[in-house]
Amino acid sequence: MRFLFKTDYEDDIRLFPHSGYVVSYGLLLAVLLIAPYVLSSYLMSQLVFVCIYATVGVALLILTGFTGQASLGHAAFLAIGAYTAAYLQKYNVPFPVYFLAAGALTGLIGALVGFPALRLQGIYLVIATISFAFIVEEILARWESVTNGNEGMRIKALSLLGVTVSRDSPTFYFLCLAVLVLTIVGTLNLLRSPTGRAFVAIRDSETAARSMGVNVALYKVKSFAISAAITGFAGVLFAHKLSFISPEMFTLQLSIEFIIVILIGGTFSLNGAVLGAIFIVMIDPFLTYLKDDMPGIIAGIAATFGAGTQGAANVQSKVAAFASLNGLKGAIYGIIIVLFVLFEPLGLYGRWLKIKLFFQLFPLYKRATFKRQKIYVKSERNR
Amino acid sequence: MLDFVQQLVSGVALGCVYGLIALGFVLVYKATEVVNFAQGDLMMLGGFFAFTFIGMMGLNYWIGFAGAVAAMALFGMLAERVVVRPILGYPQFSIIMATIGLGYFLRSVSGMIWGTDDFKIDTPFSQGVLRIGSLVLAHDKLSVIAATVILCTLLYLFFNKTTLGTAMRASSENMLAAYYMGIPVKRVVSIVWAISAAVATCAGVLLAPITFIHSNVGLVLGLKAFPAAVLGGFGSIPGAVVGGVLIGVIESMAGFYLAEGWKDVAPYIVLLAVLLLKPEGLFGLHVRKKV
Repeated sequence: MRFLFKTDYEDDIRLFPHSGYVVSYGLLLAVLLIAPYVLSSYLMSQLVFVCIYATVGVALLILTGFTGQASLGHAAFLAIGAYTAAYLQKYNVPFPVYFLAAGALTGLIGALVGFPALRLQGIYLVIATISFAFIVEEILARWESVTNGNEGMRIKALSLLGVTVSRDSPTFYFLCLAVLVLTIVGTLNLLRSPTGRAFVAIRDSETAARSMGVNVALYKVKSFAISAAITGFAGVLFAHKLSFISPEMFTLQLSIEFIIVILIGGTFSLNGAVLGAIFIVMIDPFLTYLKDDMPGIIAGIAATFGAGTQGAANVQSKVAAFASLNGLKGAIYGIIIVLFVLFEPLGLYGRWLKIKLFFQLFPLYKRATFKRQKIYVKSERNR
Repeated sequence: MLDFVQQLVSGVALGCVYGLIALGFVLVYKATEVVNFAQGDLMMLGGFFAFTFIGMMGLNYWIGFAGAVAAMALFGMLAERVVVRPILGYPQFSIIMATIGLGYFLRSVSGMIWGTDDFKIDTPFSQGVLRIGSLVLAHDKLSVIAATVILCTLLYLFFNKTTLGTAMRASSENMLAAYYMGIPVKRVVSIVWAISAAVATCAGVLLAPITFIHSNVGLVLGLKAFPAAVLGGFGSIPGAVVGGVLIGVIESMAGFYLAEGWKDVAPYIVLLAVLLLKPEGLFGLHVRKKV
């Protein structure tokens, strides 16, 4: 294992703490770059969605994970980005312009949402963002001259520098990957800047941050604006990937999925956001697998253990019936959220850290290292 | 004028349902500072239990009602024990997510068990109407209003006059201090969840003739109950009902007088306005921090 001796502040805020990071993330990036020439088109499509979800996850992480402002309204920001792109594309605005315009508009609206949010905390903020999302959803459905209402809007393939990039081409994937990587690097840089430190200070203790001279209101609005703007960028890509958008795609369900992304990944790490995005996107292929292949495999196992042909067929039909139950996805979501909150609040990335620490400290590892302490709270009402 | 009164009454009846669900939020919040996002789904489950007892097993309405309330009270305790107790006292966000997960689970599982059709319970109130002049009031709506008033009064008395109610308020103020004073905090929380699930069941059964029972009804109504709870001030029992009635009236007025689409957003616009102007709600405690 490697010990990092930090001797000054520069060591503490370095982008890559040591060369190992450069090597491992470089390898990961190389794998991702050759992926479109290896993987099937279906998996590539999923990978694009992973990139988009991870971008939104990072955006949400800035707001929820680092500034401590919970939001259940990010589907609305995604929708605003997507609709801005769709609307401007009708007037033959070039891609770079509407891409930036979507981010700018969403960021502006995010700041506007941030102002009212200044006075709200915890549960009130969650409810306010939910209502914001509902209002946006309704506006999208009713403002027919711009959004085409419930009919939805079609989006043409994007054209970049005169070349048409179809939504299934490797180029589109590279574009999404580039946006994700830029977002992550940007966020890492943000976090080591005074702004990012102020965000974290606000999360840890608003009172302490204020008494250290942090302008809490300004940074909260900033955090909302940055988070919304990144989500807006992701919205443009989302719209292009789907090639058709309508208001019922941007529901509370989607906002909850984004929250699940950062919850499952781990609410404090960028790696976690990506892991969470992989998880959320891969649930659907997993369910398909459960439906198509799993019954056969389990029947095969049953047959090897002497269940007989009749018994194996029986098992197969039972498993198939279970896998095609209506709403299995919702149940799986529910169980997974509850299990993660109860047993692994640090998320998948936290699990990885624990495994890593176990091997680093091998003979000396103590199980109690990550034990949660029992907390008793005083009423938030008197805070 | 008649239209107005008619809208007002149906708004009040609808609002009472929101109020009943909001009561569930408020009870749990008041006692444990936990916001239960699965409250609407508890209501839905209560409706399904009542449907099973009354519609499928053919029990008497009142027996079925009581059975459903008892079953849901037990279920509420179970949910508290399994999902909430391990994380009681952790940041709000964890508990919100856990209850959202619980809601997801209940919705899908009840969809699997009872299917996705609309169900209906025949109640003693579902037929008759009361006529005052040319004003027509359906009995099922009146029953909702009456039940809300009774439940609200009972709960108010319970919280303010009984020892258990005082214990609940104490454990919400400061869990550790309450524990040191000899209050069995865990048992108190468990009872609160039982009561809240029972209240939700009452809402579900009363609602059955009006909106029917299906697996998504809880989500829709639960999200409408949030504005009600916030409007009244989270943590105030009369506030929840008044907020619910206001939201119901606003919704039915907006549906009648304004263009299509306003009906669904009006409660949320009001909610945002309230949060901006008076975040503590109409009946909420305004506490100023002294340094």
